[in-house]
Amino acid sequence: MFIRLVTVALIILTVIIAHSFPWLKTPVIFSLCNGLAVLGVIVLIRAGQVSFGHAMYSCAAGYTVVFLARAYQLDGLLLIGLATMVATAFSALLGLFIVRYRGIFFGMLNLAFSMVLYSIISKFTTVTGGTDGLSFSRPQLAGFILERDAFETALLYMVLACALICGLLAQRYFESAPGQALGAIKTNETRLEYLGISAKHVFWMGYLFSGFLAGLGGSLFAIAQGLVTPEAGYWVRSGEFVFIAILGGSGHAIGAYLGAFIFEFVRFYAAALLTGAWQITLGIVLIVIIFLAPEGLVGMLTRFRLPARR
Amino acid sequence: MNQILLKTTGLSLSFGGVTACDGIDFELAEGERLAIVGQNGAGKTTFVNICTGYLKPSAGQVFFDGEDITGLSPRKITRRGVARSFQIPQLFAEHTVRECLLIAASARRDNLGFFQSIDRSVDVVSVDETLKLVQLAERSHLQARLLPEGQRKLLDVAMALVLNPRLLIMDEATSGVSSEEKHGLMETLMQALSERNVTSIFVEHDFEIVERYATRIAAWIAGKIAADGPPKQVLEDPEVIRNVIGG
Repeated sequence: MFIRLVTVALIILTVIIAHSFPWLKTPVIFSLCNGLAVLGVIVLIRAGQVSFGHAMYSCAAGYTVVFLARAYQLDGLLLIGLATMVATAFSALLGLFIVRYRGIFFGMLNLAFSMVLYSIISKFTTVTGGTDGLSFSRPQLAGFILERDAFETALLYMVLACALICGLLAQRYFESAPGQALGAIKTNETRLEYLGISAKHVFWMGYLFSGFLAGLGGSLFAIAQGLVTPEAGYWVRSGEFVFIAILGGSGHAIGAYLGAFIFEFVRFYAAALLTGAWQITLGIVLIVIIFLAPEGLVGMLTRFRLPARR
Repeated sequence: MNQILLKTTGLSLSFGGVTACDGIDFELAEGERLAIVGQNGAGKTTFVNICTGYLKPSAGQVFFDGEDITGLSPRKITRRGVARSFQIPQLFAEHTVRECLLIAASARRDNLGFFQSIDRSVDVVSVDETLKLVQLAERSHLQARLLPEGQRKLLDVAMALVLNPRLLIMDEATSGVSSEEKHGLMETLMQALSERNVTSIFVEHDFEIVERYATRIAAWIAGKIAADGPPKQVLEDPEVIRNVIGG
């Protein structure tokens, strides 16, 4: 119940910010996009596994958006759909191999593949623009050609809707049989096998879902930014996703967005107020959270219960 | 004569210089309640591990309901109707008692909703019945890791039971359970197994339990079956008395 209240409050706050502080629309959009990718990382954390390369799916989706936008001038919704499908297919393929591994090997394999992708994108300058990346014109959204302000507002609501729907879907997945089995991988994979459940298959399905979420976040981010660079798939980006996942907590899907908001706004204001020291600020915030709430912000929230009605 | 459910022929396995299974020829008929007894290191759990796919034998074969299951994975053997509980309970430590059983129950269904709550996609009635059966209904909300040892054992057995197996293998199911509760638990378990027509094998060190609930006893000594037959006959066998019971 409390989590629901927090969710509603977050949605209302997002809408208020969008209309009262227009210069904050972009950070809010970026927070929600990152939150989607972080939700993908949280799916894997629930299985006790941490991916240090999940930004590769956001990056793959981003470059799909930019290639298609430049070649065919497709509608934004179509770009997002196709790019997310590409990222999901990519995760399905890589996942067949990666889900055989656990622990540090799983983490590092994801990192390795992400660095291969990063290197390819950086080197194929004529195709990808190299380290400068590629930009594209603002696409139509659902057939409407929108000016910048209106585009940003529409995008904000679209990203908010995607975040809400994916958050609900993720939470339902966590409560489903495959989601519960995914959580069981963390504690006793052998017992899953002795129940007749394929841990590899369960994990692969979770990996697929996480790739979908990261891809959706990446495609929306690309649309918002109008530019994609190889940094979108760099290991530092993946590390940020893990950082945010720990900050927000993996106990509930809302943790991804809470963590993303805190991260984005601390970085935003720390960069403005403490130029050159924003990383220290973020680090201190994370240390404090880990000491006070090892289960992240969600863990802190779930400790609060509204008093029972008489 | 009932149908032969489990059969082994020439089953052997050694660990270095230690022979854990030495050419075991064995048959278990449907409906039997077999107790496997023996000293520690006699090869009882090794035999169970081979039959359930955890270990592969160096020689011999295992048949379940006429099908050769030698070398199949635990998952495939479980899917064929063999379930087991463990000497050291294998639980999902961070899940609640009820969630552990729900996950186990979900294994019985092939098509599970990706976005459908597990409560709605599995047979919750059988889960709740099993919880009552093993007297864990009042602890169903507790995380498995918080249970005392005896109840961890019960949960382990319950997770196997909820699969509705044809053969249930329990490895020291009552160890860690208090003396007062052992008999009550075994009584309830055996009654449930009879009602559900489940054949059972239980590895046990408590001879009171063995004598009371087994329809047949197989006594293991140094990787071989030294005596196999009705409880009275086996428990009065001089070799069993000398090497197993220790009288």
